[in-house]
Amino acid sequence: MEILYVMIPLGLVLVAFGLWAFFWATGDGQFDDLDSPGWSVLEDDARPGPPAGTQPGPTSPEEPK
Amino acid sequence: MSAAGAPCFHCGEPIPRGIEVRARIAGRDEPVCCHGCKAVAEFITGAGLGDYYRYRDTSSTRADEPPRPDRWAAYDRPELVERLTRAEPNGARSITVLLEGLRCAACSWLADKALSLQSGVLDVSVNPATARARLVWDPSKVRLGDLLRVLEHVGLRPHPLAGEHSEQVALLERRSALKRLAVAGFGNMQVMMFAVPLYFGEARGMDADMREYMRLVSMLVSIPVALYAGWPFYQGAWNALRARSVSMDVPVSIGIILAFVASVWNALTGRGEVYFDSVTMFVFFLGLGRYVEMIARHRAGSVADALARLAPATARRVRSGVAEDVQAVELALGDELIVRSGEVLAADGLVLEGEGRVDESMLTGESAAVAKPPGAHVHQGTHNLGAPLRVRVTAVAGDTVLSGIVALLERAQAERPRLARAADRAAAWFLSRILVGAAVVFAVWWYVDPSHAFSATLAVLVVTCPCALSLATPTALAAATAALARRGILVAHTDAIEALSKATHVLWDKTGTLTRGLVRVEDVHTFGEVTAAQAMSWAGALEQLSEHPIARAFAASGAPAGLASEVAVHAGQGLEGRLDGRRFRIGTHSFAAALRSATPVGEPMPPPGDGSGESWVYLGDDSGLLAAFRLTDPLRPEAQDCVANLAALGLPSEIVSGDEASAVARIAARCGIERHSARLAPQDKLARLKALQAGGAVVVAVGDGINDAPLLRGADVAIAMGRGSALAQTSADLILVRDSLEDLPHTIDLARRTQRVIRQNLAWSIGYNLAALPLAALGYVPPWLAAIGMSLSSVVVVLNAMRLSRGSTPQRRPQWPAAREAEAA
Repeated sequence: MEILYVMIPLGLVLVAFGLWAFFWATGDGQFDDLDSPGWSVLEDDARPGPPAGTQPGPTSPEEPK
Repeated sequence: MSAAGAPCFHCGEPIPRGIEVRARIAGRDEPVCCHGCKAVAEFITGAGLGDYYRYRDTSSTRADEPPRPDRWAAYDRPELVERLTRAEPNGARSITVLLEGLRCAACSWLADKALSLQSGVLDVSVNPATARARLVWDPSKVRLGDLLRVLEHVGLRPHPLAGEHSEQVALLERRSALKRLAVAGFGNMQVMMFAVPLYFGEARGMDADMREYMRLVSMLVSIPVALYAGWPFYQGAWNALRARSVSMDVPVSIGIILAFVASVWNALTGRGEVYFDSVTMFVFFLGLGRYVEMIARHRAGSVADALARLAPATARRVRSGVAEDVQAVELALGDELIVRSGEVLAADGLVLEGEGRVDESMLTGESAAVAKPPGAHVHQGTHNLGAPLRVRVTAVAGDTVLSGIVALLERAQAERPRLARAADRAAAWFLSRILVGAAVVFAVWWYVDPSHAFSATLAVLVVTCPCALSLATPTALAAATAALARRGILVAHTDAIEALSKATHVLWDKTGTLTRGLVRVEDVHTFGEVTAAQAMSWAGALEQLSEHPIARAFAASGAPAGLASEVAVHAGQGLEGRLDGRRFRIGTHSFAAALRSATPVGEPMPPPGDGSGESWVYLGDDSGLLAAFRLTDPLRPEAQDCVANLAALGLPSEIVSGDEASAVARIAARCGIERHSARLAPQDKLARLKALQAGGAVVVAVGDGINDAPLLRGADVAIAMGRGSALAQTSADLILVRDSLEDLPHTIDLARRTQRVIRQNLAWSIGYNLAALPLAALGYVPPWLAAIGMSLSSVVVVLNAMRLSRGSTPQRRPQWPAAREAEAA
């Protein structure tokens, strides 16, 4: 059981590292907006914005697949 | 209510009968409720952003009227924009914009995409949690006014914020709370990990050195939790004590400090019990509750935001014959302003020139616009619907009527009757019970064995206070808050749940709560061979140039058939005009019918009104009456059921309104509300509330307008509508985000159940601890049993609280693809 005298301090160092990472992420604004980044993966790749009102048809992007 | 089946494609509201507006979307005609929604939906899909309709999970805000490009004219002027915005590297500018109508992540995606498609936009970041967007653009390539127009075109009304200060403060507050929460959470996990071997070590036998070691490590981990994560509680308690009052923070702080100091003492001396697990869990759960509450409060917004939305940031000033756009804060007494049609006044003033009609509903609650001839007073924040006005400024900044209402609000906020009372009661209850219990224990031990008196008393304080407080109340409140959030009810102050469970009366503002708050054409009744759509388009053409609120109802719902000529206004009767060579009249029954030259034969009778005070408008030409339009500020379909259900729960309703007596009486009769009063100023509403409260009533107030804000502040529980004004929302404890009354009775029921669960939890945890403690102290309970019992006790409390979040999940509105598949099938 003497190993605990080493393992627990090691564990605490890991916790301290985790906390430091969390603090850094908070300060960097990673938690300011938890909703919209999830939507960004659904976006199509950048494409030229079609002029308003043109080519409405069955192949337009808003048609559900 | 509506005969039409499908709801509006854009906003999801029912489409009134007789209105046939279609938006051309992806090659199909989709029904919409008005031209505002049509314009927005076509713009969104036309720009290739139709994915929005697939991804959104709440319906959009009703657009009401097509976007008005001239509203942002002031933001096209570079010199003014320079003063309102901040400089960025390489000549770019940035500004923070509050987006009204931003309700979900899909909306923020829409705003982001729509802006990114514009050339000259360097960076956009939209935060759906705070409904704010930060724009960085290159002023040499694009004008700020154009960007604001794009936002308006996609149905999000932008409000540029001049100062970013309060927003920055809120952001830092959120981040700091999150860090403290992380420290408490990580610390609690670690301490729990050490607590398990400590509990079971005592049962199975454990090395004394190892036990000592575990206790010291627990202490080390608990120090930052108690000092850093718990700091806001000590601060709150200290502030309360300095103000000679007792807030909830006081017993909380006493609990944390006592348990922590006692544990540190015991850990260092190696005797007695340590309670580090209780301390850290206590701090973590309380912090979690506070954090959730803070997020809701920030979302509801601050008074400063609300003002930014109400009063415009710019004004058009005339100096020695030259008109220029200036910042509203630069205005001084005696300045002359030009307020164009559709603009909002930036200051209080006296009309010098112009025959304006001003919508003052935000101040008075009255739905009809008020005529403002020269010499009349006009107020900051009101909306000029009529001809351009020349106004001499008579009050600016803190002296305007609007500021007066805000000041009233702040005073009511400072008195904080509801919050203070709730906290006092809770704090006094806990403190008295716990202190009496501790005193009894101390006295008994003093006679039995003085050497143990101190440690035993401490043990009682520590075991009763945190365990009961840390789990019993916060878990129940958190479960209830989460359950309400799933139903679209935002809880900005969790202590409102307690007050809600004790509520005895409901005070309603009529406009915007029981009704929708907008005059709309509800029904079209035609005579002869005229179709409803034809009648609507003629009426729209005639009313196009008018600024009467009734005319706005037509403008929103029908495609005008060209532009009428020779339009003449007959005051108090209606309008006459020429269209396609025919003369039309629209207005009262006799006025519209009088155009016919021949003697009436079988004159079509007006459709039978139910005598309830709705207004009918008639259209006629020289062949007689063509159509009758029923105009109402429609009652919400769920209002009647809501009032009845509230009454069944023992809460009688009462209307306090600023509107006309007849309109109030009609709505009251239809909802089955007996007590109602009309034409009340904000102060009168507050007085009525105080009178009820003086009689011992616990009052729930439901409102949506600026004029309701003082009422909401004074009420025991304030509920604001999701589409109501920002100021009303800042005053509210609960916000009905979905803008529907349906869930209100359920909310009260849930609040009562929450209160029951809290009482059960308190009784259980205090009872368990009080029962277990003496038995354990006398040696009847082996430590392993105590450890299992302790954990089971917590599990029971948490499971009991979780009952609140179980049950009905609300139905979601059918989404576009689903609706289409159903259609195709």
